[in-house]
Amino acid sequence: MRMAFAVLNPFAGVLVFVTTMLAFSASPHAQQPDAVAISVKGHHFQPAEIRAPANRPLILRVKNLDATPMEFESVSLRVEKVVAPGGEGVINIRPLAPGRYEFMDDFHQETRGTLIVQ
Amino acid sequence: MLAALIIVFREVFEAGLIVGIVMAVTRGVGHRGSWIGGGVLVGVLGASLVAVFAGALSAAFAGTGQELFNAAILGVAVVMLTWHNVWMARHGRALAAEIRAAGEAVVAGSKTLAGLAVVVGVAVLREGFEVVLFLYGVVVSSEAGVGVSILVGGIVGMLLGGGVCALTYWGLLTIPTRHLFSVTSALIAFLAAGMAAQATAFLERANTVTALPQVVWDSSLILPDTSILGRALHTLIGYSDRPTAMQLTVYLAVLGSILLLMRAFGSPRPLTTRAQA
Repeated sequence: MRMAFAVLNPFAGVLVFVTTMLAFSASPHAQQPDAVAISVKGHHFQPAEIRAPANRPLILRVKNLDATPMEFESVSLRVEKVVAPGGEGVINIRPLAPGRYEFMDDFHQETRGTLIVQ
Repeated sequence: MLAALIIVFREVFEAGLIVGIVMAVTRGVGHRGSWIGGGVLVGVLGASLVAVFAGALSAAFAGTGQELFNAAILGVAVVMLTWHNVWMARHGRALAAEIRAAGEAVVAGSKTLAGLAVVVGVAVLREGFEVVLFLYGVVVSSEAGVGVSILVGGIVGMLLGGGVCALTYWGLLTIPTRHLFSVTSALIAFLAAGMAAQATAFLERANTVTALPQVVWDSSLILPDTSILGRALHTLIGYSDRPTAMQLTVYLAVLGSILLLMRAFGSPRPLTTRAQA
């Protein structure tokens, strides 16, 4: 009967869901992420090639120095992030396997760069 | 011009599918035109507003404002879709069964119309936001001649998105009325589960949710998210070419919850339906 109550009461359901999510998200971060900075100016990534260690979480800081918005996008990194003119986008990336990961500005698709993970 | 067309169409496509489904769901409901039109309008205004404050939004919550905002509005849409489905499970069948209730059906359908208008607004806002920013960027940086052709591409892209919406709507209307209810209920349940998984993906990007990060499968070589079919399935049933275990768990949990709620609140025998407590 208690189960039936939980099913019938959407608020109880939401409460259980939120508590579970919080419990999961509170799990300690095993590793401090490495920070990598990159900027866009004149629709070019600077530098166009960035490097990061494998199997470690990353924080990618993307500075947009142009007067137009950009969208940092990478299919292989599963990232899509709009960065306002003069703004900075902070992108969390999970530990990666070694390899080359291409990215681009989705609004100016000739603007491309590579993340090399070793 | 073609690049602009593709960028804009890609964004409008998803919203077009969702608006088309909502229109089919609300067929025959009075004032649905103004509700859905209102949802689209509020979505466009919201997209412009969000675009103006993109910088501030991005910087909020230690740089994860965009992701948390997306997750939040997707969450609202999931609740609205669930509410609609559960409500229709309770009253829809009874209403469809009684022809005399033609007048009542209009009133009944409009109960959740507000919720569906919110879903339309959310879909248009999310997809429109990027279109607004993209076109704004074109206007700001337009060198003579280039800007116009990109704008034309953008407008054609939007019209094509409208075409997707119309195709979805007319396609669904070819389904006989007696089956339409079951089909749209199923569509909405999958739509909601997919949106919940998407919201989870945003929370993962924001590092708010870190549990179960393993990728369950990788079908990006067979059917990538970025292909047109992948995108359609992404919107309709929440397809992802590399879902994490957490996204899959949330997807199944939401889908299961909606079906359970529909069963729990649904009226198996329309004749004995009483007013809901």
